[in-house]
Amino acid sequence: MSIQVWTWILVGITFTLYIGIAIWTRAGSTKEFYVAGGGVSPLANGLATAADWMSAASFISMAGLISFNGYDGSVYLMGWTGGYVLLALLLAPYLRKFGKFTVPDFIGDRYYSNVARSVAVFCALLVSFTYVAGQMRGVGLVFSRFLEVDINTGVIIGMIIVLFYAVLGGMKGITYTQVAQYCVLIFAFMVPAIFISIQMTGNPIPQLGFGGFDENGVYLLDKLDGLHKELGFAEYTSGSKTTLDVFLITAALMFGTAGLPHVIVRFFTVKRVVDARKSAGWALLFIAILYTTAPAIAVFARTNLIDTVSNQEYEKMPEWFGNWEKTGLIKFDDKNNDGLIQYVADAKKNELIVDKDIMVLANPEIAGLPNWVIALVAAGALAAALSTAAGLLLVISASVSHDLIKKMINPNISEKGELVAARLSAVVAVCVAGYFGINPPDFVAATVALAFGLAAASFFPAIVLGIFSKRMNKEGAILGMAVGILLMLFYMMKFKFDWFGGGTKEDWWFGISPEGFGTVAMIANFIVSLIVSKFTPAPPKEVIEIVTNIRIPSGAAEATH
Amino acid sequence: MSNSQEKKYWKKNLKYLAILLSIWFLVSFVFGILLVDELNTIRLGGFKLGFWFAQQGAIYVFVILIFVYIKLMNKLDKEFGFNEK
Repeated sequence: MSIQVWTWILVGITFTLYIGIAIWTRAGSTKEFYVAGGGVSPLANGLATAADWMSAASFISMAGLISFNGYDGSVYLMGWTGGYVLLALLLAPYLRKFGKFTVPDFIGDRYYSNVARSVAVFCALLVSFTYVAGQMRGVGLVFSRFLEVDINTGVIIGMIIVLFYAVLGGMKGITYTQVAQYCVLIFAFMVPAIFISIQMTGNPIPQLGFGGFDENGVYLLDKLDGLHKELGFAEYTSGSKTTLDVFLITAALMFGTAGLPHVIVRFFTVKRVVDARKSAGWALLFIAILYTTAPAIAVFARTNLIDTVSNQEYEKMPEWFGNWEKTGLIKFDDKNNDGLIQYVADAKKNELIVDKDIMVLANPEIAGLPNWVIALVAAGALAAALSTAAGLLLVISASVSHDLIKKMINPNISEKGELVAARLSAVVAVCVAGYFGINPPDFVAATVALAFGLAAASFFPAIVLGIFSKRMNKEGAILGMAVGILLMLFYMMKFKFDWFGGGTKEDWWFGISPEGFGTVAMIANFIVSLIVSKFTPAPPKEVIEIVTNIRIPSGAAEATH
Repeated sequence: MSNSQEKKYWKKNLKYLAILLSIWFLVSFVFGILLVDELNTIRLGGFKLGFWFAQQGAIYVFVILIFVYIKLMNKLDKEFGFNEK
């Protein structure tokens, strides 16, 4: 059977499964809609968190990014996993004990102020919208390549599926579809990795395989370093970024991960504090399976790619080459008209441009794996994109219906009314996300990476100080968040969008990239919060009691909103 | 549950956090970034050690850290009677 038939079959089966689960787990109350009724088991929550977290970027782009950046790609590997240690140790258990529905809920109550709540809602919406647009684009990309439909049609199909289970099932529907999606995506990621690892090194475990040697007895990484040197690229196992920048980007991704509302909110769905800790452990374990495999795939794909194309005749390229050329993700320009492909670092002589996004998607084809494996990767990429999109949409809809409408605009709204509002805002959010997926504004690509900087600069200090400092008051937290996010936005706009006079790499402050600047903005947030709170009145007694209470795990099961 | 019990529990919790987060910092920021060039002179099979920490080792340690934390805290909860049935 052809790749396309296999893809239709696998995508059809998985989509039917997601819809089936959604019908089976409809949400009947706001508690079910926002936090799945609060009774999810730690194992299921770990699986759901892993799927929620691993987006189209993790599944499709990350291995490719590492493949092209070598050691520099480590920032994503450490950054996007190390954040879970912070989440498990510093945030999840306490936020679960607090026992509300959303992150702005915590900020608003802990800092006894609707100004703080509004700032938190603004940050949550900003972070979630920039993130979700990228997911819808990922869905469109997969559809267009594997099912040969228009990218826009793909985005719309994705929208309808997400709409169906997010609107109907709320957090409850999302949780159980995410469990299924994790299984699909990890299977789809691992099968080709294992195949290729055996092919290239004889070792079925990719994590060990990429430290192994090829048929000539040369270590794979040494071979790749050699190839890179020959073609003029930077050595694969050393980086080209400065140590300071690598340090700050990694930190920004870690603290940003710990501050992402759609991840934090997953810990509200379990019953007890103990379960919140356990689900963080499970989540990271499930994430680590993919994250330790990705660098192996990166090395396999990079070596395979160079071996296949470098100095080979264009006319003799395998079929996948032409297929990806059609999508514009591979571009060949025979500059010296010798019919051979020169793939080198020197831009003047280089004749081949390969988009990083195709490394995972094209990898099974490059390695000549069977058609069903290639189709499986398509289904896995869709699972990754859809699960993350659904989690983000829920944060957006809860921010509007719960934090804005119920807590600020109309506190007397009935349970039923709030549920309707939640569903309606989910519909609007899907449409906005779909619009950005079809017409991706330039800033989306730039801001997805920066969403982490924004989350680190705004939420992380406010939440951590709210738990670990009894003295932290609303003045400190609000000013801290405002300074953090404004500083981050300023730096991002200056160097990414050329506003405020713009600037190039040379003008970066102390050589810090906008991606790494989130760490600086976060430190500024901490400092401002601590200083301001010293000179302003202590929080009221009731608030100090909340803090005392969340530090003790017992009694979370009874706590309700 | 008395006030001093709560304070003792919290102090112990903070101590655990300090130890675990130091390890977290060590394997990623120190081994994987600051000392990467020095460690790269040591080989672990086909890997340079610094590179291995940055792309594999740190992640394994992160997972272990969380499970150790769960264990320590469950024990602490029981010790102070703060565990939920």
